[in-house]
Amino acid sequence: MTMQASPESETRESETSTLVEAPEEAADTTAPEVDQGMPAVVPDDAPKAYRLKSRQREAVETILPPLALGAALIGLWYYIAYGVLDETRRFLMRPPHQVLEVGFLDSENISDQLNALWSSTQVALIGLLIAICIGIFLATVMSQAKIVERAVFPFMVTLQAIPILAIVPLIGFWWGYGRTSRLVVCVIISLFPIIVNTLFGLLSAERAMHDLFTLHRANRLTRLRKLMFPAALPAVFAGLRISAGLSVIGAIVGDFFFGRGEAGIGQLLRRYANNLNGEELLASVILSSALGIVVFWVFGWLQTLIIGKWHDSRQV
Amino acid sequence: MKTATQNAAVAFDDIGMTFPDGTEALRNVTLSISKGEFVTIVGPSGCGKSTLLRIASGLLEPTAGTVEVDRQRLGYVFQDATLLPWRTVRQNIELLAELHGIDAAERHSLSEAAIELVGLVGFENHYPKSLSGGMKMRTSLARTLTLKPPLFLFDEPFGAVDEITREHLNDETQLLFKSEGFAGLFITHSISEAVFMSTSVLVMSSRPGRLVERFEVPFSYPRNPDIRFEPDFALLSGEISKALRGSHS
Repeated sequence: MTMQASPESETRESETSTLVEAPEEAADTTAPEVDQGMPAVVPDDAPKAYRLKSRQREAVETILPPLALGAALIGLWYYIAYGVLDETRRFLMRPPHQVLEVGFLDSENISDQLNALWSSTQVALIGLLIAICIGIFLATVMSQAKIVERAVFPFMVTLQAIPILAIVPLIGFWWGYGRTSRLVVCVIISLFPIIVNTLFGLLSAERAMHDLFTLHRANRLTRLRKLMFPAALPAVFAGLRISAGLSVIGAIVGDFFFGRGEAGIGQLLRRYANNLNGEELLASVILSSALGIVVFWVFGWLQTLIIGKWHDSRQV
Repeated sequence: MKTATQNAAVAFDDIGMTFPDGTEALRNVTLSISKGEFVTIVGPSGCGKSTLLRIASGLLEPTAGTVEVDRQRLGYVFQDATLLPWRTVRQNIELLAELHGIDAAERHSLSEAAIELVGLVGFENHYPKSLSGGMKMRTSLARTLTLKPPLFLFDEPFGAVDEITREHLNDETQLLFKSEGFAGLFITHSISEAVFMSTSVLVMSSRPGRLVERFEVPFSYPRNPDIRFEPDFALLSGEISKALRGSHS
């Protein structure tokens, strides 16, 4: 009865030199055990039943709490719209069904918003791409020469510490008030996590692994390609997920200040607020956060796709 | 002086090592190991055993004395398996051959042979995260075997696995030694491991590390795991243990 463990766990735990045969052994011993009679029946089923139950329970426990909280928040939303605000001030917070009707189901409004959202998405993604290129390049150079790291790092921290509002006039002054400036904002906001995480990742390979490469006379490039880059990947992805979210924020913030040319979702938000279009405003806010969530999720998915096979990353 | 060490796979001549912080790790270590010899150094932790291996491999320069060794194809088995987690068992085993510029076809046949030798058939495409400690160590051994090194340096490689696994790995290592005929320098603090695998056991004292006593192990290869329970084995282990205690006080 003790052999009922799955073949996989059997092979992992078994340490003998007959390891290869272990899965078959486990399978073989299961059959006669069941034949031996009644006592085997209950323990045989019990773990499976237990597992099934707990999996269902786990699913319920994962899905139910956010659903409940979501419902509660919508309830609160209705309460504020009808219970707190009187008729004349209800434009401040339209109830959910009106937001849905005016903001999402009105074809003109939704196409305006989706166009603007698409424009912002492009800015966010191009900005992120530029930040990735610059970030990984800088981190790689820093990992190769301590002196570069010492020289560059303080400036990176400074760049990170500058409130974006403080340099908005400067960015407008240098790059105008259109798309280029929006991209610049995006890059500045999303660059830092990429640099820091990539550098941390590149330096994360164990000393013994470096010794191994040293012993076998690997040159700098080989070491970088076969040891440091792959070792950096988990940290790089952690940085990417943060930066991806930031790049969406960057694109929207950039929109607020540099609205010339194609309107982004930030521009639209501003226009709706100015015109007291409460429904559209809330709809746009929801769409913006949806974009952030999608981008974050896409990078999480990419991470699993690329390094999930070998790396145990606990992800949300 | 050189004549005695001419056939040696590794020859330490009066090695001394003092670290920049003033710690004297090794003093007057003279030792040479030839093909067909499996020498184990036992000693308390922190006595400088690993330092000696790092010196042999060239990772560390001694502050006194000279070491002669052909570092072209050096086998170094680390304390941890040091597998690259993003590579499968086979890709890990082929790493060293890759670093030495061996072409893909030959790499494949080398890894194939090594996988067979350490009993990892069927696990070629597993990633390290799904392997047990013992299997990781086997992968590490196989990786080193692909280079067919004339000299194997073992830096307490089986310290992190459980007792049963360790005995299996000891058994496999002495069989490899018998079949491959390399020169071995093994570091451990387990006396039974030392006696079971080696042709000679050296006792190292601590701070600074010096080789204080040498014991020849008379058993022939391949060794039966049951010799661990024979009186001669126990007697020799006892003597080594006594020497170790003497060196420690």
